[in-house]
Amino acid sequence: MENKKLTKVDLIFENDGTCATTVLDKIKAMSQDDIIMEMIDSGLKGRGGAGFPTGLKWKFTKAENSFDKYIVCNADEGEPGTFKDREILDTVPSKVFAGMTIAGYAIGAKVGYLYLRAEYNFLLKKLNDKLDSFNATIKDKGFDFRIEIRSGAGAYICGEESALFESIEGKRGEPRNKPPYPTVSGLFGKPTVINNVETLVYATMIMKYGADNFKKMGTQDSRGSKVFSISGDTPNAGIYELELGMTVEDFVSDFGDGDTKAVQVGGASGLCVPRKKFADMIIGYEGVPTGGSMMLFNSSRSMYNVLKDYLEFFAEESCGQCTPCRVGCQQLLEGIEAVKRGEKHPSYLESLKKLAETMKLSAKCGLGQSVANPFVSIVDNFREEIIY
Amino acid sequence: MTDVNVIINEKIEKFGKERQALMPILQGIVADKNYITEDELLKVAEALDLSAADVYGTATFYTFLDVVPRGKYVIRVCKTISCHMAGKDEIIEALEKTLKVKLGETTPDKKFTLLQANCMGWCHKGPVMLINDEVYPELTSEKAIAIVEEYIAK
Repeated sequence: MENKKLTKVDLIFENDGTCATTVLDKIKAMSQDDIIMEMIDSGLKGRGGAGFPTGLKWKFTKAENSFDKYIVCNADEGEPGTFKDREILDTVPSKVFAGMTIAGYAIGAKVGYLYLRAEYNFLLKKLNDKLDSFNATIKDKGFDFRIEIRSGAGAYICGEESALFESIEGKRGEPRNKPPYPTVSGLFGKPTVINNVETLVYATMIMKYGADNFKKMGTQDSRGSKVFSISGDTPNAGIYELELGMTVEDFVSDFGDGDTKAVQVGGASGLCVPRKKFADMIIGYEGVPTGGSMMLFNSSRSMYNVLKDYLEFFAEESCGQCTPCRVGCQQLLEGIEAVKRGEKHPSYLESLKKLAETMKLSAKCGLGQSVANPFVSIVDNFREEIIY
Repeated sequence: MTDVNVIINEKIEKFGKERQALMPILQGIVADKNYITEDELLKVAEALDLSAADVYGTATFYTFLDVVPRGKYVIRVCKTISCHMAGKDEIIEALEKTLKVKLGETTPDKKFTLLQANCMGWCHKGPVMLINDEVYPELTSEKAIAIVEEYIAK
């Protein structure tokens, strides 16, 4: 595909067989604090969607006084519309392992876990083979660090960091209360850095090319580039690494099918941007943040069906632990169905919006808190499609 | 099929006789026997010194840790938005006809179970299905039937 407006980047998938080992030799000569300063300076924010500054996460965890610390790579990619981590793990796994090793060295962890979702079990053999030789390599280089893989078992909620820890510990994947944050009390109650797959590869690439080169790209709030998973009504569905800071309009002009009426940015838990807001909505932390999921909808799609699909997803994947999320997801779903059937007056949508906002305030974790994002943005912008 | 105690001991050796061995043990049983029976859950609980309720509660939390009888090949068709828009309903319909079961059911010969599941991370190549751990993206009804017929012949 020929890009018209957007700048393509080739960092994540830059195929470099020796990249991981070169970078590891380089960081071995650096102090822990120098590595963390470089990460903070790069402005890299977590690429899983939440966008916490990666360097600060490392700094906080290093500052904890504990013999045991852990690095966890979150490869429980389950957000509808997101599929980039699968591609990264499939094509450049050693750069993921290198990122974990860099983080481990920087904070003083001896063990790293990669938590892989069960849907990606087909990658397991290949990853384990790569990992065996990688673990041997870093041992030879004198790193006191090893990586192990743990498998998920089909629960979306385990992408939530504290639920993921519970799962590795052998329990139901139910999120914990925060604080304490993982940097203080994470896996097995020890200080833990948990980063997304893509974030860890960027850490490797920042160590290779330097923070200055990384932050030349993007905007003040959204430094660097990002891997996007593009699907829906587009002739160019796939995985693209793009510089941050583009507007939705720029994005749609490159990836739309000429009839795009809405873009869901950030997956089912993200925001729906309607056509009238394309021009001034920036894709990044100053506008609509995203873990990379970009779903395009053209005018043939019913936004009622889209919202119903999302709510069915959340009602099923809610862990059921806290009432706002367990009951709220079901009520929102039943509510829009009742309005559609004409059993409830359209003004009932206002009550449902209040319920969604209440979930944002009262749900225990990010799942329940973010249901309001798609709900309110779709109901507000496509009210007629929900009612009629 | 392997004896359940062999699986349990093998995982305990690798992961320790601790709670964190529970998921690998349950995953190991499903990989070998397609689902976990009540008797096996009790054996796992005893081996790890956990309450049976706790083990059952953990297993049932996870979609892929089946505690009801499943066929040798579990087919999971993705039902989430992109695959929905790309036509997962037709795929399920075609498979229901080929296997002569309804969604959620297992064939009488215990060879196939037909299920749908949430997003599997192939949104750009939907519709997609998993047969056990194998992925089959970019499906059409014809393609899905041909794939399943290969499994039938196995």
